[in-house]
Amino acid sequence: MALTKDFGFGEDEKMVRDQARRLLRENAGIERLRALVARDHHAAYESAVQPAPWDEALWQEMVGLGWTALGVPEDAGGLGMKAIAVAALAEEAGRVALPSPLIATLIATTVLRAANARRWLERIVAGEPASLAVTNPAGSWNAADTDVTARPDGDGALLDGIACFVQDARKVRFFVVSARSTAGVGLYVVAGDAPGVTITPDRITDLTRDQASVRFERVRADVATAPPGGADVLEQALPAMLTIVAADLCGAAEWQLQTTAEYARVRTQFDRPIGFFQAVKHPLVDMMVDVDRARSLMYAAACALDHEPADALRLARMAKAAASDAAAYCSDRSIQLHGGIGFTWECDVHLYVKRQQHNRLLYGDAAWHRRQLAAVLGAAA
Amino acid sequence: MAERTTTPEQDEFREHCRRWLEKNRPPAPPFRLPIAPIEVMTEEVRQYLCAWQKRCYEAGLVACDYPKEYGGGGHKGFQSIATQEMGRAAVPYMINVIGLNMAAPTILTHGTDEQKRRLLPPLFAADEIWCQGFSEPNAGSDLAGVQASAVRSGDNWVVNGHKVWTSLAHFATWMIMLCRTSTDDKYNGLTYFIVPIANTTGVTVRPLIKITGETGFNEVLFDDVTVPDSMRVDAVGKGWTVAMTTLLYERGAAEGAGSGGGASVEERIGALIALAKSMKRWDDAVVRDKVMQLAIRAEGLRQTARRMRVEALSDQPMRLPLQAKLLVSELLQDVAAAGVEIAGPHATRYLGDPHAPDGGHWPHAYLNSYGYTIAAGSNEIQRNILGERVLGLAKSK
Repeated sequence: MALTKDFGFGEDEKMVRDQARRLLRENAGIERLRALVARDHHAAYESAVQPAPWDEALWQEMVGLGWTALGVPEDAGGLGMKAIAVAALAEEAGRVALPSPLIATLIATTVLRAANARRWLERIVAGEPASLAVTNPAGSWNAADTDVTARPDGDGALLDGIACFVQDARKVRFFVVSARSTAGVGLYVVAGDAPGVTITPDRITDLTRDQASVRFERVRADVATAPPGGADVLEQALPAMLTIVAADLCGAAEWQLQTTAEYARVRTQFDRPIGFFQAVKHPLVDMMVDVDRARSLMYAAACALDHEPADALRLARMAKAAASDAAAYCSDRSIQLHGGIGFTWECDVHLYVKRQQHNRLLYGDAAWHRRQLAAVLGAAA
Repeated sequence: MAERTTTPEQDEFREHCRRWLEKNRPPAPPFRLPIAPIEVMTEEVRQYLCAWQKRCYEAGLVACDYPKEYGGGGHKGFQSIATQEMGRAAVPYMINVIGLNMAAPTILTHGTDEQKRRLLPPLFAADEIWCQGFSEPNAGSDLAGVQASAVRSGDNWVVNGHKVWTSLAHFATWMIMLCRTSTDDKYNGLTYFIVPIANTTGVTVRPLIKITGETGFNEVLFDDVTVPDSMRVDAVGKGWTVAMTTLLYERGAAEGAGSGGGASVEERIGALIALAKSMKRWDDAVVRDKVMQLAIRAEGLRQTARRMRVEALSDQPMRLPLQAKLLVSELLQDVAAAGVEIAGPHATRYLGDPHAPDGGHWPHAYLNSYGYTIAAGSNEIQRNILGERVLGLAKSK
């Protein structure tokens, strides 16, 4: 099997990554994040409706730089860049724990792209954020398990039912919904402010996003994929979705590693920087080893999407599993090695710990993906 | 569309390797080949493997990237191709692994022209086997504490001391050896030599028995052994620097002159799944999860090896290479331990038991795996190095 030696990460992709890193460092650094989402712990967890703060001016700037157009094919007005460029962008968003509908939109883009829904892809390019509404109240995002029903209505459909665990629901302009009709499961697009749509926010741990249940009552929807094609399209988009979430996890895990290592370099006890002690030094190395494994697999999955699609799902599952485990370990050690201060609201580590926990559980945790992998690898062996 | 990342010459060379390996695969030996070349014990195994390395060398699959004047192929970027293809063809490994991966790159970097001309060609051809004399009874993880001494005497040095864990010494013509030439300074008091071992007055090679019950490594005693000054590598007092070059290659952080063949990590994962199926344990969710964790680590290792060569995705130049030894040794250990657990009571049966699954491979591989987590700088030392050199943490020493 010939491997693309450089993961297809060439000059263009590097430019996207470096530009994203620069812009986000300057406009979405840790001070800005803290001011945006963690100024007040009462507001964060105790207000009647949990706030969903984000920087809409920065979103416009990102749209202007073409970030929402990256993964959209050129014939839909996008830049048609490779999956590895999208992954690199998601990794940078994770690195700054960006509170933004960017990740949700990149994920919705993969589905709309698989559905070849040009009209809606064009709106994403134009800067309208979007999110998937495909998960049922039990937490299954298997197309067959959708709790939403669709009835034909002229050239569109009428939707009834509920989708849960919808990411950044209060920030996006439209939803991509899986719904069942007599003909099977199809994919539909619904404007967030369409009559009959009710968004009920969850109260969640993660302060860098919002999540909601979305109820549909006789909601007029556009058909993105006619039934029964919805299940296939979702399945086709799965490796790209998982790769984006893995990239977000990897970027945040790298921040956890670097931030905790920096603390171990400067914090002094027993007259030495605590990184001198092997009980601190060795777990930091194990964090790095875990992060690097996850990153290598995540780039490999992205590269496979571009060059070896038949192998993409295997690598994407491995990447999501490895990134989830790396995030769990980095989260655990980032609090513990910061000691008492790491347990406080004023220390930054909890912002990342909470985002990591959320992403680990999204679209299948590590053990779930290993179970899926075992079925495939066991059959091949 | 994949980027073109190889030259036409390299593509052609890959074809050459494939064709040659297909035609020249050696007949299966009438004995069990040890897991790794450093465990070769008997004369018949030595002869079989030396003959195989010589043929590979003559076919241009060994030392491909070394200069022609020193017996190499004079190419660029050929060795990794040859090594990959030998792995793919699952042919036996190169026996002179210490020579190829440690002595040769060290001599090429630090040696004299005369040393390169005299020593490299027979090393590549496996006409002369090499061993490494770094560790001592009182200098293990703290390697710079070596006490074996070299004292100048005219054009020669007189060497005295005691080296341990010396793989292949029983077949070796030469040893790369770290000696103390001054007690004034721990690190700057070390000098690097090439010391004759076979048929040398004052050298005693004694086998050590491993926990597997096998020999395969040795202790080597030096009693007034004469070494000509022409066999000193680099300057007096620069031994630590030279040793760091050797260790860079030993720990897999840089590519040597080829090792070829042997079971890949992926093959071992495949063997683990096959074992679980034959033991009727593959339906067990716990077993599956454990095996998949290992499979992910194996694939991660492969992808990290690939990423190591992509500067834009590597952050710091040594961050990934310095992880290689740690990752491989712990993965192999955990794979072997999983095999023992999956085979259950059957894994109580060891090498030589007619009913042992896979001929007793799993308990044997597990016991033997500690050689790799301890050798070449224990993994505790590897974690110190990574923490200090990559993460900039305060030095343990």
